[in-house]
Amino acid sequence: MEKKRVGIEVSLAVAEAVKLARAQVVSAYPITPQTHIVEELSTYVANGELDAEFIPVESEHSAMSAAVGASAAGARVYTATSSQGLALMHEILFIASAQRLPIVMTVANRSLSGPISIWNDHSDIMAERDIGWVQLFVEDGQEAMELTVAAFKIAEDHRVLLPVAVNMDGFILTHMIEPVIFPAQAAVDAFLPPYKPALRLDPAKPVTMGPVGVPEVYMEAKKQCEQALLDSKAVVAEVLKEAGKAFERKYDLIETNGKKKAKTLFVTMGSLGESVWSAVDSLNEDGEDVGQVRIRLWRPFPEQEFKKACKDAKRLIVIDRAMSPGSACGPVAQELKGVFYKDKNAPEIVNVVAGLGGRDVPVADFKEMYRLAKKGKLAKTYTLWGVDSNA
Amino acid sequence: MAKKSLCAWQDLALGAAILEPGSAAKLKTGDWRTLIPRLDEEKCIKCGMCELYCPEFCISEGRDGFFRPDFTYCKGCGICANECPKQAIAMVMEEK
Repeated sequence: MEKKRVGIEVSLAVAEAVKLARAQVVSAYPITPQTHIVEELSTYVANGELDAEFIPVESEHSAMSAAVGASAAGARVYTATSSQGLALMHEILFIASAQRLPIVMTVANRSLSGPISIWNDHSDIMAERDIGWVQLFVEDGQEAMELTVAAFKIAEDHRVLLPVAVNMDGFILTHMIEPVIFPAQAAVDAFLPPYKPALRLDPAKPVTMGPVGVPEVYMEAKKQCEQALLDSKAVVAEVLKEAGKAFERKYDLIETNGKKKAKTLFVTMGSLGESVWSAVDSLNEDGEDVGQVRIRLWRPFPEQEFKKACKDAKRLIVIDRAMSPGSACGPVAQELKGVFYKDKNAPEIVNVVAGLGGRDVPVADFKEMYRLAKKGKLAKTYTLWGVDSNA
Repeated sequence: MAKKSLCAWQDLALGAAILEPGSAAKLKTGDWRTLIPRLDEEKCIKCGMCELYCPEFCISEGRDGFFRPDFTYCKGCGICANECPKQAIAMVMEEK
């Protein structure tokens, strides 16, 4: 049977993925630009196309709290949010990972207020960097759909048992109509068996989940969760490989493109990667020695894989889509400077913070960044790209 | 280094869950105490208000009709002394 490409809004493709994954509970509150996903899921539930409990809660704090409860009861749970909604979930996000609950959440990345902005950047998830969740970034519609299914398999693996956030750029990705090839239900069922909880709330076998962690226990509890997160890297790699076989694409933790062994590498995360890819291809055609590294897995950070991808590079141009006010650079650049600290062959790291609050960063801008970096004209700390000064 | 942990991190249940019901009884909260309640049996009218108000549920009636705390669990919070209608309970520094 020939595989059928469907032109579909990426949000709806993600909703379809959640349906294919047979989520049993969806608790969500609408927020732009995530709303279309859960709106579609509520329609599926109302129509009987998805046999799930849809909990229309009164806030994102409740959405995550209900997700925690449902997951503790042993259900396969999905939710989605953005920006202020993610911020409102803040305290419960830590509880979900601490209780080892394999919730899957789409974060349709959007800037945080203020000023009020509904448009895209990564400041929402960067403010939640240390929640102890597995954090993935996707670049396009096919990947958004496939990794949403894969996220459940990663989360529910008994070597992991942690929540997974699938980050996709708001509007730029969520609201695009893209060609997507959907897997058959049978293929998804074979890839993703029903969730078997290691521990769940059961009156026949009482358990206290989320108790007080007295000082004699708290640090060991934190260590257990962090070790699970660190160990999840191998599981993510394994599941992505399996997803590559079961579905359309092959996925790695870190991807590379452009000239092999290039001296200068762009580093990107999320959908800007595609614009940079176009810029890199164009620069390569002009004979420039430049390539690109795209980060798919942000937490746990795949340090070895990243270093391997950069082993021939002399300079990294790191694109950040969030500020870290008062710090030396943006969050991704901070991470990479830490990774290369005291490394004899460390490449120079220049950082460009670009595209905040939905500001467009076209292909030509990346070519300009490359030219400036080559001349050593990008700031040693970071450049806030395109911000005019009259000084 | 003094041992301050209950167990190795690998020995904790998943997500630090508690698998055994009623295990809070194993937590000897008495060692949190700085002040200790001392009962003046001359003033005490055996009304049991201290038992009702004790947040730790560690006060019970003895055979002699007086109400006394179980010091394994008494945190020394002083609520019993505060609620006693006859000021028969004094909170005093405990010698350890």
